[in-house]
This record gives sequence, structure tokens and C-alpha cells, in this order.
Amino acid sequence: MAGRMRLPQGGFVAHDELLTFTFNGKTYKGLAGDTLASALLANGIHMVGRSFKYHRPRGIVSAGGEEPNALMQVGDDPRSEPNLKATQVELVDGLKAKSQNAWPSLEFDVGALNGLASRFLPAGFYYKTFMWPASAWMTYEHFIRRAAGLGVSPRQRDPDRYDKTFAHCDVLVVGGGPAGLAAALSAGRAGARVILAEQDHLLGGALLNTQGEVIDGQPARDWIAAAEAELAALPEVRVLKRTICYAAFDHNFFGLVESVTDHLPRPPENLPRKRLWKLRTKQVVYCAGAIERPLVFADNDRPGVMTASAVQSYVNRYALRPGRRAVVFTNNDSGYGAALDMKAAGIEVAAVVDARQVPAGPLTERATALGLRILGGFAIVAVEGARRVKRVRVAELSLDGKTVTGVPEAIDCDLVASSGGWNPTVHLFCQAKGKLRWDDEHACFLPDAAMQTGQQSAGAANGRFGLGSCLREGTEAGAAAAAACGFAPSDTAASQAEDRDFLPGRWIWLVPGEHPLGHKAKHFVDQQNDVTAADLKLALREGYRSIEHVKRYTTTGMATDQGKMGNVNAIGIVADEVGGHLPEVGVTTFRPPYTPVTFGVFAGRDVDNLLDPVRRTPMHAWHERNGALFEDVGQWRRAWYYPQHGEDMHAAVNREVKAVRDSLGILDATTLGKIDIQGPDAAEFLNRVYTNAWLKLGIGRCRYGLMLKEDGMVMDDGVTTRLGEKHYLMTTTTGNAAAVLGHLEDYLQTEWPDLQVYLTSVTEQFATMTLSGPSARRLLADVSDADLSPEALPHMAYTAAKVAGVPARIFRISFTGELSYEINVPASFGMAVWQTLTTAGERYGITPYGTEAMHVLRAEKGYIIVGQETDGSVTPHDLGMDWAVSKTKDFVGRRSLSREDMARPDRKQLVGLLTKDPKEVLPEGAQLVEKVLPQPPMPMLGHVTSSYHSPNCGRSIAMALVKGGLARKGETLFAPLGDGRTIACVVADTCVFFDPEGERLK
Amino acid sequence: MLLIACPHCGPRAESEFHCGGEAHIERPKDPASLSDAEWAEFVFLRDNIKGLVFERWNHAHGCRRWFNAARDSVTYEILAIYPMGSPPPALDPRRYV
Amino acid sequence: MIETYLRQSALDHLGLAGHSTAAPTEAGVQLSEKPLPVAVNLRGDSGDAAFVEAVREALGLALPTLPNTATTGEGLALLWLGPDEWLAMQHDAAAFAEAQLATKLRKALDGLHAAVTEMGESLCCLSLAGAQARAVLAKGCPLDLHPRAFGGSGHCAQSLLAKAAVTLLQVSDAPAFELYVRRSFADYLWRWLEDAAREYGVAVVRP
Repeated sequence: MAGRMRLPQGGFVAHDELLTFTFNGKTYKGLAGDTLASALLANGIHMVGRSFKYHRPRGIVSAGGEEPNALMQVGDDPRSEPNLKATQVELVDGLKAKSQNAWPSLEFDVGALNGLASRFLPAGFYYKTFMWPASAWMTYEHFIRRAAGLGVSPRQRDPDRYDKTFAHCDVLVVGGGPAGLAAALSAGRAGARVILAEQDHLLGGALLNTQGEVIDGQPARDWIAAAEAELAALPEVRVLKRTICYAAFDHNFFGLVESVTDHLPRPPENLPRKRLWKLRTKQVVYCAGAIERPLVFADNDRPGVMTASAVQSYVNRYALRPGRRAVVFTNNDSGYGAALDMKAAGIEVAAVVDARQVPAGPLTERATALGLRILGGFAIVAVEGARRVKRVRVAELSLDGKTVTGVPEAIDCDLVASSGGWNPTVHLFCQAKGKLRWDDEHACFLPDAAMQTGQQSAGAANGRFGLGSCLREGTEAGAAAAAACGFAPSDTAASQAEDRDFLPGRWIWLVPGEHPLGHKAKHFVDQQNDVTAADLKLALREGYRSIEHVKRYTTTGMATDQGKMGNVNAIGIVADEVGGHLPEVGVTTFRPPYTPVTFGVFAGRDVDNLLDPVRRTPMHAWHERNGALFEDVGQWRRAWYYPQHGEDMHAAVNREVKAVRDSLGILDATTLGKIDIQGPDAAEFLNRVYTNAWLKLGIGRCRYGLMLKEDGMVMDDGVTTRLGEKHYLMTTTTGNAAAVLGHLEDYLQTEWPDLQVYLTSVTEQFATMTLSGPSARRLLADVSDADLSPEALPHMAYTAAKVAGVPARIFRISFTGELSYEINVPASFGMAVWQTLTTAGERYGITPYGTEAMHVLRAEKGYIIVGQETDGSVTPHDLGMDWAVSKTKDFVGRRSLSREDMARPDRKQLVGLLTKDPKEVLPEGAQLVEKVLPQPPMPMLGHVTSSYHSPNCGRSIAMALVKGGLARKGETLFAPLGDGRTIACVVADTCVFFDPEGERLK
Repeated sequence: MLLIACPHCGPRAESEFHCGGEAHIERPKDPASLSDAEWAEFVFLRDNIKGLVFERWNHAHGCRRWFNAARDSVTYEILAIYPMGSPPPALDPRRYV
Repeated sequence: MIETYLRQSALDHLGLAGHSTAAPTEAGVQLSEKPLPVAVNLRGDSGDAAFVEAVREALGLALPTLPNTATTGEGLALLWLGPDEWLAMQHDAAAFAEAQLATKLRKALDGLHAAVTEMGESLCCLSLAGAQARAVLAKGCPLDLHPRAFGGSGHCAQSLLAKAAVTLLQVSDAPAFELYVRRSFADYLWRWLEDAAREYGVAVVRP
């Protein structure tokens, strides 16, 4: 038999399918259908961990996702996962689990000394003690974390794969209990596209935990099976088991996590471990049921104290006895369900301690009829037994329930089942910003008005606790949701069942003990965070009033718990203390996720080489074959430099830079943005978006343009060519292509819709290669039919011709200061033309050069790069580019240039910098100062934007943005570096370090 | 993630769109005639209302067209979609305190 | 003189022909590249009868004016991209067919405010077919491709697939889709599709 406490038959476990697992190194047996928690209980193990702060022994409290104590480290590195709730881990053969928060062992724990010192660990202890000095927090945190034992992340890389998918439906049903099944059935029968999400691997919800329920005259078990079969047969209905809806976002968008393979001992290779569903639905029906509240009594955290419904679940669903002799402690009728089921399973029920003076209700009557010992108006005032309940003491409650009277009676037991009422699971409804209302009768918060359209709650999640009501409300909600999507409801009636509530109840938030609160015993409100009723009262005494502040100060309802068990009790205790009513205290904000979600799910397949697109040019494979190293420019991967024969970067870049000036280089410039502009108003449009004049550009001519945002700051630059009468081609910087097109479309569509212009991105239509160097014309003449004479094709001119037999656009423009041709050919011909040019160019010593050499070449000429010399705070004047700004027309950003602030003399302006030692190269980003002080801070004047060794100048060159820089020519500035060195440099007369007359362009 | 009804392509996920901020702020016809303060008002200052807001949206990964939307900035409910150049629809301003 | 056989499709470097199979297979998803599509982007005013007629004349196809739809004729498809934007698509055409198609349209639209721009060189066409094709697309595309929502064969949309912008055309109710993605993203998207389709079994087929 799988465990000494296992019942011989019954439940939803396979009694003939034995599984082996280990817990803290010891081997045990469980059954298929078990959770880790039920398998442990079947082996008589209650104590599974130590508490967070006091290291008190803790046991399994619940049978579901609300479990605060049974947090486990499951599996071995690298598949080790911390903080899993044993109540949710499906048992698989070979599973290995370890307790958290116990060192060196669960049985003997050093941290338990904290329990002895607990007088000194009140609420806010960490805040008060470890605040100062702030710099020491890192040290404190290290020790706190080790002592608190929050589980261990795997050290190796996660070997599993995770999937993400969008999904759409008409009706999402959250929860596969009776209300959810009824809702899915009625929506599905009407023809709607339905997704039913159930976190469990079985449908049925709370019905799985009870016995004897009858629906439509048949056992509930059979009704569930029939419902599941019908749902499976409906083509537009999808049932997602093992799928938790963890978040509700805006416009009926939901996050769900499906556990695909965790329950399989040997998962197939092709399946992801988990799948994130990003679901958009038109309608949602929340049928997430309700969670039983434990009662807050003295030492209510002893192992063996569980919720009454958890006891029922272990008895009925998992066919085991969680104890031999039990005491039930309840304040409502539903606790009697546990008493009845335990008795039927052969567990001795020593007493039902009922806080109600006059116990009543349908289950109470059945218990009375069976002759169970019922103590009306009584309470548990003490629990004995550190590692397992041994005995409780019970006493009569005073009329107001605030004190106890008489001499307590001791009752021996090893199990306490407690019921303090029920909280509808309203988390998702509230995440979707729905409002709650307080139900005085049931003492719980219920969904009130939904903030978003198409949201309903049904069943226990909506405060309908009777099975018959659940089924009826689920059916109606499903039909209404389908109808809202345009599907006529089918005429099948709701299933019928007994309608039993858990009323009447006596709502006592804090059960008095034998001693004043906080003395000799602890009343736990939140077991996971070790928050007691005394902590809450301390927070109130210290002046906290808002429940949000009380939560943060005491940490109640934080971490994986998210207040599922303790929050309403905490609010009740706060309300009692401040003399208010619960709804006035209010609830804390519900935020996703409802339960923890492993990070891998969010990463999905966006990892490794799918992390971000790598954009390749048509010549990419050539660059790879020729040994290029690459750099990322936006998502593009551009050839950076091509080291040869063991060259380092410096040597390679020097060689490339020299080659361009000496003879000929070739650059892959495909990534430059290209925007095709057509229409009769194209010139007028350019005139408005560029700072310079465009109305008189001739056909076949190119012009450099500077583009500003409306705030006057440089946004982009590039060359635009007039291809035809009404046809222009604009180029943009590589990283800005999409932003510039967006900027242009914005103005065109929203400010100037009367302009007849069409814009189309053609960046990728062409492979672009730049021939640059004194031999560029000769090579191009060898392979092209174009007239390349300076008269026919002068600098800043364009012609269409064939290059290597392929129709091409040839632009004579230059970013190096050398004679250059930018050649655009259809992208599919890019590789072939490139290969022709590099082969035919061998006689001129053609040298492929990368982006680094391009940067050096343009810096030698003082050409700026937007995004390097500019950072969104730089105007054309700051760049010394007033020559590119028209004085006579309006353009985007013009008015900003005459703002008072723009005339400030200390604006940062672009200057050339030359180091005093020509061999020293300033680091880009280095800060510049006038005077070096012994230590920072010192007044900073600006920073180096570009800096290179220039082989053509035979020294280092740099550009910098410097306060009042244009007026500082000849001044010496200093760059103090992080390594202690200081580099002295002089502000140059110009940024143009090479061929200042531009002779080489001619 | 919002679901936005592009007036041309129909309802699409927010990830296909780009929000262009407050609507109905027209570029001045003659910027040169504006004082620095007036120009700054146009370029930099926006209301950021809690309640009914009028916004510009662009279906950036769809038809690339701009349009206007009226949205409740508290509930995120989209109350109207209307073309560029149209006046804002008359709607309850939904001011929240 | 360069021969047109030297043209390279966006996925040329993957050598797909070397590991593809001929016939549809049992795999849940069949993937292929339809190399070197011809595509011409067309802008104009669909409210202008002269424009609509000129397009019909030049292409022998009606301009689709219903959002997210395409009209198809012999070897040619015309996709609605926006209220004033369309894409004319052609497969298995000669090297310079794109320029010819653009020239034909420009001629027909001479004198009207319209724009014709060659786009095929900038696009890669991926074909995705099979029982699980929709499930694969759903992993990265926020569109609802259910027949009730998307409309089936002959419907198209511009959207996102993973981190790439795509134009999607459903070419068969089987279902089968053509995905048009910018050339530089093709390598990324191909690898993404292979990975996303893994759980259903994926076969690389000849186009």
C-alpha cells in the first residue's frame, strides 16, 4: 500500500499504480493521481518545512494553490525548481523533493532559535534594524536570505523549452468546477468558441473533494465525466487542463500558463515544458470557486492543523487519513462536512468545536444525528505539540467572543480541521479592476460591478455556495456570454442538485486564547510570511491605518501567498481593532500573478539566437566567408572590420582606412534607410521637413538634408536625390529608418493631408555598395556603361545605368571625403554584383572595409553621425551646421531654434579635439574639464563623442560636445579617466582633420 | 494589451499600434508669430487627464494610417474611433477625482 | 554580364533545396520558401473611378476595396494593404518581370495621383501549410486566424509574427498561408518558424 495512512480504496487515485519518490533523501511510495502533498500525508508526514521568520515547524494546511507552508525545492540541478507548492505538484515516478527553509535539517533547525527570540522579531523588524547604514544593506541581505531559505535557483542553464501562443475565443471560462462546467456547456452548446481553463489535471473542482453529491439524479462523478465528454465533442470548445489563469489584463486579455510535460516522467523531446497562453476573449465567466478561511487561534500553525475542506479533499479525493483522531473547529456549517467524511473514513472525531452558540445547518444536523460530540459556543484556545498536534484545549467563548470562560478541557488529537468561512476567489475579477462588495451574511467580499465589459462571475466565485445555485448560475452565465457574442442559447435546462449553503455562521476574526494576545502563543494570520494578529495590532499602534500600509509593514499577504488564505482574516482583525466595519477597511490591490509563474514561460522561444532578429544584408554570407567581425546596429548585423592574417582590430582598421585613401575600398551600405517619395508635392514636403531648401533641386541631383524634431533638436540626416519630375529617394541613418518614415507619415497624414505625396520604404529593395577611393571611377568604368566623367556625373549627382550587367542606381556621394559611388542594385543581385566588383577591383587593390573604418574616415572629415555626435539635445547651430539651415522658410523645428534658451552661450557645441600627445586616443564618452581637481565632483564641460587613431593624419583625432565650445578654440581641456590618468587635449580650429579643402571629392 | 479597432483593418492587438499622444493639437500655421511661451505650450505641454482623453494612434504594423481615439484613461475603455481632422465627439468627460 | 541564375533569394544561404522533400508529408506543418517573388506596391485613391479602372485595365484584376481581402487572377494577386495601398504579387516570374509590371502600371496611371513602387526584391515569401499551420502562426501573431474571424482563403492582413512585420495571405482553406516578410528578417523568421512548429513535426518541402 502506498503509505500507512492510505485508505484501501476510493478517491481519484489509481490504487494499483505505485510511484516512488524521495523527500529529504528518504524514499516513499505514492499513487498515480497523488500530489506531492497527498503522497506525504499518506505516509504520515505532516511536517514539511520551517517557517520564514521564526523557523517554526510547519505542516501541510491546504490541498490547493492557497498552500502557505508546503513550499518545496523539486528536482535536481539544472531542473531544480524552488517554491513549488506540494499541494500542486503532481506526483511522478522518481520525483525528488526537499524542504526549504530548514538548516541543517528539517528535524533539527538552527534557525528555530529565532522562535525563542521572537519577542525581538516583531513586525517591521527588518525595516527598523537593517535600515542604516544604507551601504550595509547588501551585507545584511546576504545573511537574511540565507537564514530565510527562500529556495535555491538552479545554477545551470535551464534545459527546458517554453512556448508562447496567442489565442482567441468568444467565451473564456476560468475554472472547471460545477459552475465552470455548466458555463462551458451552455456557451459551447450555443455554438460559441469556448476555452475552459482548469488548473488541475481533473475537472470537477470542489466536487472532487466531497462525497455523496448528486447531480441530475446521478453521482457527481458521473456527471463530470459526461460533461467532459460532451465538451470534448464540441468542435469549438477547448478544455485546457493543468492551465492556470494567472492574470487578467485590459480589454479581456488574459495570461494563462499550461503545464505541458511536468507530469510526465519522460517528456517527449518535441514538447515544451510549459506554454504561455496570451488569450483575448470577448466574454469571460469567472468560476474560480472559493477558498476556505482558516480560523485564527492560538498556535494555529502546528503541523496537523488544516482547513476542513483540505481534510475532506485528502480523505475523499486522495483516499487517505490525514490523522487518526481529529478535532474539528468551525464557525459555520461546512466544517461538519469534514467531520462526517472523516467518520466515514474511519477517523475518530473527538469533538466538533463550534464557535456558534447554537450549531445549526444541514450538515450540523447530520452530525448531530450520528451522535458526534458537538461543543456549541466553544473555541480551541491552545494547541500542543511542536512537530505535530498532540492535544488541544477548548473552552467556552464569552458572549462577545472576545474572551473565554471556564476551565479549558484538554482533548487528545493528531489532527485539527478548521473552518472560518469561505472567500470567493475574486483575484482575476479584481485584477481586471472590478469592484467588490461586502456580503454581511456570508462574511466575504463578492464581485460587484465589473470595470470591463463582458465579465461575469458564477458559482462560489460569485457567492453562490450551494451546488444547485452553482450549476444554475454557471448555465445562465455561459448562455448570456454566448448570447452577447451573437449565439442563440440552446434550450437545455440547468442541471439540478441540492442547494446547501454553509450558513449560519458566527464570524469571529480572532479567536481568544488562554493568555493575552502575543503572550506564550501565536495567532498566525499569514503563515507563509509569519505574520501574527499581534503584528497587525502593533502596526496599528504604530500609526499605520491604510490596509495597504499595514500589509507592507507586516508583510501580510505578500509573496506567493498573495493573501489567498489570510487577507480577509487580517482585514477583519484590523476592522475589529479600529472599531470599523470590514468594507471600510477595504482590500489591498490585487495584482498579477495569481500564482507564481516561472520565468522561462515569459522568455518563451525568445532566447539564444531567436532573442532578437538578426537582420542580414544580401552580402552577409560573403562577409562571413571573408572573416568579417560584426557589430550590431539596431537589429542589423554589419561587417565591422575584416582582420587578415592574425591582425588585431587596430591593425585591420588602419589597413582598411589607408586603403580607401590610397586606392579603393568597398563598403556594404545596404542598411541605410531608403524612403521612396512620389507625388506632385514631394519637393514642398521635403522643404517642410528638412532645414535647408529643396524647391530648386534639379533632376538627377543629390542634396544633404538635416531633419529636426519640433523641439529643434537634430533627429536625422542623409542625402536625398531627385530621381524624376515628382520622384525622390531619401536616405536615412541605419538605426533611424523606421522612426524617420513614421515621423514623415505623421506630418503628412495629420498636419498636411492636402499635400499629394506617397511614401514607401524601399530600404531592402536594393543592395547598396559604396566604392570609395581615388580608383573608384576607374573600377566602376570597367564594369558599368555609365558616363562617369565629372561633367556627366559630378559630386552630388545621380544616374541610372548598368553595373555588372544589372540595372543600377549610381549616386556620386561621399561619406569618406574620397571620390565615392553608392551603387544600388536589386537585392537579389547584390551578392553577384559585390563579387564582380571585388574581383574586378583586385587590380586596384580593392579592400572591403567595415563600419569601424567608415567611422574613422568620416571623422577625419568631421562628418557627424546622428546618435553619436547628437543625443536629442543638439541643434544644427550646436553642430556648427548653420550652413544647412534656411533663414527664409518654415520647417519642422524652426521656431524652436529661436527660443531664448537656444542662444545660451554655455550650450554644448561640437568641436574638434587634438590630444597633446598624438599617440594617445581619448576614450569615447570621456568627460572634459577645465581644471582637474583632486577628486570628483569637478565642473564638467562636456564629453568626447568620437575618437580614433587616424592613420591618414598620423595621430589621434576626436570630436566632443563642449559647453561654449565654439568660443574655446585653442584652449586646453583635460579628460580625467577612471584609471587615474588624465589626458590633456586642445580644442582644434575645426573638426575637419583631413583634406579641409575637399580636393579629393572633385 | 488593448484591443484597438483600426478604422480600416478592424480590431487588432495594441502591439500593432503606436500611440501618438494627445490629439487636436494642431501645428500653428505661422510659428514665427508665436511667443516662446506659446510655442513651448504647443511643443512640450500636455494635459494628461484622468478620465476621457482624445489620442492619436497609428496602425504602425498594419495599414500605417493615423486616426483618433477617445479613451477613458482609468478604465482604458475606448469610447470612439474617428478620423484625423474630425472634431472630437461629444462624450461624457468622465472626470475622476 | 551577370546571368539571372546568379540571383539569390533571401534564404539562399540555407540551401533549402538540399534538405527538402517533394510531396506533402505527414508532418503537421510544411514549410518552404517561394523564392524571388515579384511585388509592386500601389498607392492611389480608390474613390477615383479613373484610378480603379486604370488598375483593372492594367492588371485584369479588380482592385480589392474590402479590408483584409485579396483578388486573384492568373498568376497575379492583388492584396489590400490599407485604404489607399495595395500590393500586386506574382510568383515564378522572370528576372525583370517586376520592372515590367511596374512600368505597365505607371503607364496606365499616368496623369493620376498615384504611386507605383517595386517591392519584390525587398520581400521574402514563406509558405506555411498543414493541419497545424494556424497553431504555429498563433505562437507569434496576434491575429485571430480562425475561419470565423479571418475569413479563410483570399484574406490577407499586415501584422506581426514574432518580432518581424509580416503580410499574411491565406491561399487555401486547407489551410495554407503565404507570409511576406522583409528580406533581412527572413533568416530569423525561418528559424523561428522551424522552432515554433517543432512540436507538430515540420517538413521542409519544395515550393
